[in-house]
Amino acid sequence: MDWLKRVVLEVQDYMRLVGQVARSLVTRPMYVRDIIEQLDAVGIGSLTVVVLTGTFTGMVLALQSGMTLDQFGGRDIVGRLVSASMVKELGPVLTALMVTGRVGSGIAAELGSMVVTDQIAALRALGTDPIRKLVLPRVIAGTVMLPILTIIADAVGIAGGWIISTTQLRVASSVYWNNVTQGLFMDDIWMGLIKPIVLGFLLVSIGCYVGLRTTGGTQGVGRSTTNAVVAGSVAVLAADFFLTKLLITLMYP
Amino acid sequence: MSDPRERPGAVAESRPRNDTAAAPAIVFDDVHLSFDEKVILRGVSFVLEPGHMKVILGASGAGKSTTLRLILGLLKPDRGEVWVNGRRVDQLSESELLEVRADLGMVFQEGALFDSFTVRENAGYRLYEESRMPLDDVDARVEEVLGFVGLADFADRMPSELSGGQRRRVAIARAMASRPKILLYDEPTTGLDPITALTVDDEIIKLRDLEGVSSIVVTHQLRDAFHIATRMARRAGPRVEFIDAPPERLQQTEFIMLRDGQVAFEGPADALRRTGDQYLRAFLS
Repeated sequence: MDWLKRVVLEVQDYMRLVGQVARSLVTRPMYVRDIIEQLDAVGIGSLTVVVLTGTFTGMVLALQSGMTLDQFGGRDIVGRLVSASMVKELGPVLTALMVTGRVGSGIAAELGSMVVTDQIAALRALGTDPIRKLVLPRVIAGTVMLPILTIIADAVGIAGGWIISTTQLRVASSVYWNNVTQGLFMDDIWMGLIKPIVLGFLLVSIGCYVGLRTTGGTQGVGRSTTNAVVAGSVAVLAADFFLTKLLITLMYP
Repeated sequence: MSDPRERPGAVAESRPRNDTAAAPAIVFDDVHLSFDEKVILRGVSFVLEPGHMKVILGASGAGKSTTLRLILGLLKPDRGEVWVNGRRVDQLSESELLEVRADLGMVFQEGALFDSFTVRENAGYRLYEESRMPLDDVDARVEEVLGFVGLADFADRMPSELSGGQRRRVAIARAMASRPKILLYDEPTTGLDPITALTVDDEIIKLRDLEGVSSIVVTHQLRDAFHIATRMARRAGPRVEFIDAPPERLQQTEFIMLRDGQVAFEGPADALRRTGDQYLRAFLS
């Protein structure tokens, strides 16, 4: 039963951090420059990896679904499959996983190092609330930038699918794009935008939580970095499932 | 973290200062603290008068650094009262503590400088980030405090480019920049060579004697502890000279020996030297 108690306590502490972040959001002071800096670090900094991931995912999706569709003589509708898969599922989830690996781990390592070298205690001693100064800007950046990065991943993924469809599968460009638009409904786009907002909040807040709880010197920082990626990735995949279930219930009655 | 010299959109709360002229700087009243099963402090009491100094000695794990963290409100005691400048900090919320901390400066073990900031930004952090002081005034104050610790030429260096002693001196500059009434030093000379340690000791003496700051020094470096307690700084024209402290000044710096979470001794340097207690004699030898 000890492990269950530990899990409950961890969740309770995490929720307390989320509460503190929410309070910081609606009260002053607000460290605007730190927020801008984090928007840049999370958004612009993750652009390359997200573009590469999105492109290759779209390309492989076109290749695989093209082969399967061939069995039914339906190669022409490859665009529909690529767009629906990218926008509803692969774009949000893969982007979130890549950002977890890049940003979540970085946040845990940075905050963890600050904890073990007493920089967080020094911040508090100097009259700064670390939640406002360090956590809130990162959480805002994650929540705002992940949807934007997801849109980019969706776009380059669909473009990657187009390259493969036209060059490898010999599908006409107009047929591909027709299918892309026909395969998407407004509800799909909403689903593809709501998911990354939640996932972005989750992965960054988990990175901050794990980082701030670091103990045990440099070894502890290494442990926190690993934990942030593992916990963040599992949380992203689990939250994606429950969100999908919820959104399907609400949007497709 | 963003560059603190570039003002954030932050609007720092104005901090009312209490009229605390008559109140002791710090009061510990029967303070108890445990971490799980491990008892750290069991009934620690002492009073630090304004302008005076306490040097807290003790073996590793005796609760010396914990005492400083309790004063800052970074930890809360299980039982007992902690007062700073007339305010009971163990009952304050984090936002209320920010006001109390405006009058406190802390020099952390190893310095705890912010890696991504320059020496200037570290030294002026509180003024750049948490005050409404005009930037020109902040720059002037930062130059002043860096000059005070002899690091004016290092203002644009990063902490990683400094030696251990220089890092401690920047930490002292950072702690004193906002002119706090109380300074707390956590093992300020541990790990430093004897010559560098003496320069750090002299900064601590200067702040006590020339700036009138109340202070608590936590250390297990006996040589540094007695140096700080028995020497005195005074101005001699533009220079500062260090002399042996006269008897009346010696009484202003008291030693506190922590043992098993309790105060085993409290008194000035000469009383500590004369003690007949076996443990203390073994510690001092």
